[in-house]
Amino acid sequence: MVAPATSPLEKIKAASRRLRGTIIESLAEPVTGALHEDDQQLIKFHGTYQQDNRDLREERRLAKLEPAYSFMIRTRLPGGVCTPAQWLVLDSLAGRYGNGSLRLTSRQAFQLHGVIKRELKETIAAMNAALVDSIAACGDVNRNVLASVNMPESPAHAAVQHWAARLSEHLLPRTRAYHEIWLDGEKVAGGEEAEPIYGPTYLPRKFKAAFAMPPVNDVDVFAHDLGFIAIVEDGQLAGFNLTVGGGLGATHGDPATYPRLADLAGFLTPEQLLPVAEAVVTTQRDFGDRGERKHARLKYTIADRGLDWFKAEIARRSGIALQAARPFAFTSTGDRYGWSEGHDGRWHLALHIESGRVADHGDRRLRSGLARIAAIHRGDFRLTPNQNLVIAGVAAADRWRIDALVAGYGLDGHRSARPIRREALACVALPTCPLAMAEAERYLPAVTSALDELMEKHGLGGEPILFRISGCPNGCSRPYLAEIALVGKAPGRYNLHLGGDRMGLRLNQLYRENLDERGFLDALSPLFAAWARDRRENEAFGEFLHRSGLLASTTPPGSA
Amino acid sequence: VASAGAAVQAQAYPLDVARVELLARLVDGLDAPTLQWLSGYAAGLAAAQGGTIRAAPAAEPESAPLATIVHGSQTGNGRRVAEALAAKLAGQGIQARLLRAGEYPLRELARERQLFVVMSTHGDGDPPDDARAFTDYLFGRRAPRLSSLGFAVLALGDSSYPKYCEIGRRIDERLAELGANRLFARVDCDVDFEAGAAQWAARALEILEQARPAPAPARVAMLRPVAVPAPWSRERPFTAELVENQRITIGDGVRDVRHIELSLAGSGLRYEPGDALGVVAENPPQTVESVLRAARLTGGELIERDGERRELAGWLHNGLEITRVTKPLIRKFADRSGSEELAALLRPGNETSLRDFMTRTQLVDLLQRYPVDWDAPALAGTLRQLVPRLYSIASSAKEVGDEVHLTVARLDSGGDDPGRPGAASHFLATRGNAAQVPVYVEPNPRFRLPVDASRDVIMIGPGTGVAPFRGFLQERAATGASGRNWLVFGARHFASDFLYQIEWQRALKRGLLTRLDLAFSRDGGQRAYVQQRIAEAGRELYDWIESGASIYVCGDATRMAPDVHAALVSVIECHGAVPADTARERLDRLGAQGRYLRDVY
Repeated sequence: MVAPATSPLEKIKAASRRLRGTIIESLAEPVTGALHEDDQQLIKFHGTYQQDNRDLREERRLAKLEPAYSFMIRTRLPGGVCTPAQWLVLDSLAGRYGNGSLRLTSRQAFQLHGVIKRELKETIAAMNAALVDSIAACGDVNRNVLASVNMPESPAHAAVQHWAARLSEHLLPRTRAYHEIWLDGEKVAGGEEAEPIYGPTYLPRKFKAAFAMPPVNDVDVFAHDLGFIAIVEDGQLAGFNLTVGGGLGATHGDPATYPRLADLAGFLTPEQLLPVAEAVVTTQRDFGDRGERKHARLKYTIADRGLDWFKAEIARRSGIALQAARPFAFTSTGDRYGWSEGHDGRWHLALHIESGRVADHGDRRLRSGLARIAAIHRGDFRLTPNQNLVIAGVAAADRWRIDALVAGYGLDGHRSARPIRREALACVALPTCPLAMAEAERYLPAVTSALDELMEKHGLGGEPILFRISGCPNGCSRPYLAEIALVGKAPGRYNLHLGGDRMGLRLNQLYRENLDERGFLDALSPLFAAWARDRRENEAFGEFLHRSGLLASTTPPGSA
Repeated sequence: VASAGAAVQAQAYPLDVARVELLARLVDGLDAPTLQWLSGYAAGLAAAQGGTIRAAPAAEPESAPLATIVHGSQTGNGRRVAEALAAKLAGQGIQARLLRAGEYPLRELARERQLFVVMSTHGDGDPPDDARAFTDYLFGRRAPRLSSLGFAVLALGDSSYPKYCEIGRRIDERLAELGANRLFARVDCDVDFEAGAAQWAARALEILEQARPAPAPARVAMLRPVAVPAPWSRERPFTAELVENQRITIGDGVRDVRHIELSLAGSGLRYEPGDALGVVAENPPQTVESVLRAARLTGGELIERDGERRELAGWLHNGLEITRVTKPLIRKFADRSGSEELAALLRPGNETSLRDFMTRTQLVDLLQRYPVDWDAPALAGTLRQLVPRLYSIASSAKEVGDEVHLTVARLDSGGDDPGRPGAASHFLATRGNAAQVPVYVEPNPRFRLPVDASRDVIMIGPGTGVAPFRGFLQERAATGASGRNWLVFGARHFASDFLYQIEWQRALKRGLLTRLDLAFSRDGGQRAYVQQRIAEAGRELYDWIESGASIYVCGDATRMAPDVHAALVSVIECHGAVPADTARERLDRLGAQGRYLRDVY
């Protein structure tokens, strides 16, 4: 069942003795801050990436020094739930071993950047001591499971969060490699544990799962390999609509690669969730393309073989026949900033964290402020899929203390930020991401200001618009679902994508390629002008572009 | 003739001195085929004269030479003085033998009639490495009575070190104590040694001419005859073009270390890995300005010195030493300012404080802190001549052709206590491309790779001490040497001053470097130094030594070299299972055999 030719990474996985490789030796090698090449692939399965500060590369090369290698550690944090105690540990690790900041990701995880090799083990061990692990946070496995942070709406939210955590646990690799390498766990003789779900070579490619809770689609449920849309009936979780085969990554100039929205496959009850999810994973394990990594995501398996085949395979493997999908409706993908009262009388405060970067900058001392809040907070924290943060479960009587700290540390940016900036997403990109072709996070403030100015010029100031920017076409900031997206092509150059909706239901389209800032502003200007002139009441930009015919309606590739 | 460029040995040559020199010049640098052609040519000439080739007559039994010149020197200055004297004597037909201290047959000392010692002092009053056996013997209990010996000592040193000329002084005193007759008073020379050395050599020549026996057939016994003069010298440096000046450390808090590449194209200068490059530098202009300001002088004052009349500012810029202080200079400041603090530093027992004081003090500090009314001639008269700075060459000509590479730390940068600019390091670091840098090659024949290329080498060089080992490794690669190479390097931070990191990584990858041990002293909790790595690698290091490896140490003389020495003694003691004294002796023996070599400063 495995494709005849296998990619080099398949061989590395197969020879790795369940993800051990020579990571221990690599860590001990004093001559370089890097790992052996094969180990650089394997540590992803342990939740860490080798990176280097690309701003320094040239200076260091001239100085006859190797690149400034460091490691990014990504936590596994199902649904983005984190206790104040965990927050404080991560905060101190960011200061002690990292680059002084925490990054909240679009997958509701923390990223610690800038950890050097000889402190990597200490850092991961300290995280685990606080009961935060990084197992399978990257690599060809099921990664951090997303769950909607739509808590105020319904008591069923807790049930959704519960299933997200169960799924994450169920799909963990069984290898003890992580414990051996990072936690001084006892060595497993032979190091060849059974991996009943994944097998010896794990999945052909990364695998992402998400739980959405209508009417909010903050997780962009159709962007994932495996999605669950909670169906709440009479205030109780009845089950989930299953979605399969979404995924956003693409490669510039390669039409065989494309972002794809997931297919709605049917309805299942909560107790059917794990067997069905496992069947999806094992089907992808057995039929995914192991020869060409660019064609290895589940979306291509389904696009190539058809949804019916896939559903039949799931039914055969799980013994469960899906019911017809049940009705649901999404209204938005964004977070509702500010306080909201939950169904249980507790309060939740959603804060805007631009690009998810928790750092101290001038008056905005986000990191210090959140550490202070963590020190007094009695509820928990929720990292949102929009790179934001919810301070959750606050008693009404405690709100004033949180408010005081929020104001004192400049954490109330959502009050003053322009809508375009408040809703925007940016991936990390330069200087640390090895895949980045252009700036994203560092460019976000300037580019949103420029866009806002242009909107202002057309009398559109303050209109909500969903903008996302990504340093490369892999789509960590889910750009292909935005109304306006910039996808990095080269330093200072972007592809301009237009026409997504605000509910995560429609992909945008490539509108112009390889534009610099002047270029994309010039391309947008007449469109803004038309929108300002011809829009219907409350008509969003993406909707307008389609209705007006300014964007041709096309069928995205790979749709079933 | 041993090899091209090597010595011509002239004990039994049927040639006079002048022709021996001519011959030496003629064969210098020739390769084997040319030499063979030359021998054939000479044979042909002989045949044309109708002569037959006869075996040379057996040498007459040598009478004991009239005098022996012994030299010990780390930088080559002492060797040159000794060679110059030997050449002069030879020119006068006076028979004298010339020996490195390391090759002096100690048991012959008792029979020696006239001994001329040229000896330099290094570090903290230490002898040159290859003179240790000589000085240990002389200073030790086994030294014989020397009542029939006449001697004279020329002591070389650097007055910017507290124990200036210490070894020469001790030899002079010890020989007298052993009953020998001091022919004339010892001369102590600072780094501007030429005049003093010439005066001393003239006295020696005078004495030996008087002692010369009745005229006898001239006979030359030059064990290390006159080398062919290098085309460029300290006095007449070659103007090299700077082709690269690249900082190779990163960050503001880190000492600025430069990789410097100079072009020797067209100079005919040649060097071997281990040699040093003399850089005739100018003082930093801002330091000159500071000195003038602190001394409340304009710089326009005309000063005559060494037969030259120039403005004071010019003298300070490139004629006089202003970035290093010497003990005599401190004494002058102590006397003129009446500073009790300075006077205390100069008292016996305060050598450590004095040393620390000297390393972090420049002339401008003395002027500022111990104000004295200086007039221009007095100030100029107090300062010694600016001397070239020597840098261990960091390249092999076999790898880099006409270039020569240096690794230069800027003294006025980084670290906890950035000092004031050093003369040459500042000069080099601030040159742009195509700048002109006057240089000459200072041979360091003691610090050479093993002739047998299959021998292993262990190179210990923290900081810029790693420079010659870059040259060594290039040489070993270029010559396809089969011996293993082990480098022990140390620095402060892995990320910012791991000098030549990429090159070592490549050398490891291609197997050229067998092993690289690293010690970083400011990374994380434990501060590691090279001596710890030596101790940790003791077993393997001992095995390497036992299998014939040579050990090279380069870098700081005051702390690193003694620590490394002690670590090596411990390794031999522990893994050779011998008492510490025996271990020390074994290490000394390695030194005497040329298998434990140090280039420390």
